[in-house]
Amino acid sequence: MNSRKFFATTSALALLAVGVAACGSDDSTSSDGSSSTPTGLSGELRIDGSSTVGPLTQAVAEQFNADNPDVEISVGESGTGGGFEKFCAGETVMNDASRQIEPEEEALCKKGGVSYEEVQVANDALTVVLNNENPVTCLTVDQLAQIWGPDNPVSSWSDVTDLDADFSAEIERFGPGTDSGTFDYFTDAVNGEEGVQTKDYNNVGEDDNQTVTGVEGSEGGIGYFGYSYYTENEGNLKAAEIDGGDGCVAPSDETVQDGSYQPLGRELYTYINTDMLQSNDALQPFAEYYVDNAVDIAPQIGFIPMTEEQQSASASVVSGG
Amino acid sequence: MSDFDPKTARAQVAIAGARGVTAGVLSDQPRKDVVRNGLFGSLLFLGIMIALAGLALLVGDNLIKGWPRLNMDLLTNGTSSLPANAGLHSAIIGTLWIMAFVILFIVPLGVGSAVFLEEFTGKESRFARAVEVNVQNLAAVPSIIYGLLGLAFIARGPLSLGFTVITASITLALLVLPVVILVSREAIRAVPPSIREGSMALGATRLQTVRRQILPAAIPGIATGIILAISRAIGETAPLIPLGAATFVTYDPSGPMSGFTAMPLVIFNWVKQPQEEFQVLAAAGIVVLLAVLIAMNSFAIWLRNRYEQRW
Repeated sequence: MNSRKFFATTSALALLAVGVAACGSDDSTSSDGSSSTPTGLSGELRIDGSSTVGPLTQAVAEQFNADNPDVEISVGESGTGGGFEKFCAGETVMNDASRQIEPEEEALCKKGGVSYEEVQVANDALTVVLNNENPVTCLTVDQLAQIWGPDNPVSSWSDVTDLDADFSAEIERFGPGTDSGTFDYFTDAVNGEEGVQTKDYNNVGEDDNQTVTGVEGSEGGIGYFGYSYYTENEGNLKAAEIDGGDGCVAPSDETVQDGSYQPLGRELYTYINTDMLQSNDALQPFAEYYVDNAVDIAPQIGFIPMTEEQQSASASVVSGG
Repeated sequence: MSDFDPKTARAQVAIAGARGVTAGVLSDQPRKDVVRNGLFGSLLFLGIMIALAGLALLVGDNLIKGWPRLNMDLLTNGTSSLPANAGLHSAIIGTLWIMAFVILFIVPLGVGSAVFLEEFTGKESRFARAVEVNVQNLAAVPSIIYGLLGLAFIARGPLSLGFTVITASITLALLVLPVVILVSREAIRAVPPSIREGSMALGATRLQTVRRQILPAAIPGIATGIILAISRAIGETAPLIPLGAATFVTYDPSGPMSGFTAMPLVIFNWVKQPQEEFQVLAAAGIVVLLAVLIAMNSFAIWLRNRYEQRW
């Protein structure tokens, strides 16, 4: 028992970890290489941004990688805003966004010398969910504002004016945290000003599954999130129809694509660093592949695909960029 | 007392009497104490049971929920957006790379600092006290702060190492370094002064004393500290998020300058997904992470027992 032996052991441990790690990576390169024919395309694509769009980008990257095993793609989910901070510093080649870029972020990109193109990749319906016991079927934007407004929001369903059914349970609100693009979009659409909302709600942060559990367990519960969380929990919750002025419309692929689900239907984007198109060989092919395949991949993982028009618009941005 | 025969009737009467008196005296006054003792004991027992029940619930719940996905596929599949194909492979490789470099950083830095503070500065010096207070403060800083520090100074700024394995390693090493220093100092302090003085009296230099006497004697404690530090680092999620850890990679991290993901991040990401299958996967992932942690802690205990020395 001496100190040399101990330090030998620790360094051996560290080396062992390196060894195992190295072996592991050798392993997979060879299996990847043998399972598909390499296209000769190689490079590294670092992508970050919205956690709403992230799963779609990951699914596209996975399929793209099957044909192009030498392209190393990583997708982070630090949020739309957090992602733009890295994107505008030139640290990522693409940024997923659940809303359009904001003026401050444009300024940041300008400062960082990053030019970019906005490309739509899918659609989403911000879905307002209610407990199954709740008899209300349709909510107007005004009624939503009474519930979610910043000043003295109503505390009971019976206080909401002109509801289509009588209901007297206490209102219990569940919503995402203030860093979320979903929060930004909902507050803007409902309360008329981005980021403004009552503070009397259960802040679930980025974990929308908590909203599911919360609304499921509370008779007067109400919450909102992306459409995929509703489709995965249909039956346990019900989606309110939204009246944006032209009658009640339920969220669905069709109503979002034809634009009638207003004002909570939204477009999902990715932003591409156009300076990197020249320096990074893999970026252009990946961007084209994304736009070409997003429509097929989107429904598999609970996204509402682009319409044909939207897709051709995106395709022309990518090929022209 | 040698002619005292406990079998005679008289002796038995005497014993019974003595017993009665003793019981009377001792049980009379402390009855309250007996109740209090029992109450206190059961409170303590309740405390440990709550802690154990929490752990058992966590393990049991995840084991049951994650059971369908606890198989080799979980260890060999990479990250995927389809729950059926998703696994921990690239995350495990990422975690191993990060931990390897964390060990390389914290062993020399942590042990070196501890030896310096214990053996090479006056323990009552102002400098040593200032350092001690600061190290203890650092140990209590929330981990996300280290993530932001890593983002500003290691990923960007002066070091500019980018969003890589080595950035994550340095950040996590800084995060757990205070623990290593504190525990190593305790271990060194526990070496009896007589050993140190004996060595010096025989003409050994400070360096020789540290190398030949102090360190060998302190190793069990130091090793425990290092392994506890690694156990903490392996489960940290918060500091890795600002460091650009991807929740999805199409490749396995292949070296210090490679992009990365890590086990707790992938599990955290799975929990957030809407699909029920991902929740199952997350539970299975938690079981794997717990298994790794328990293995490391057992190793720490084994190491301590094996090298423990008593004076």
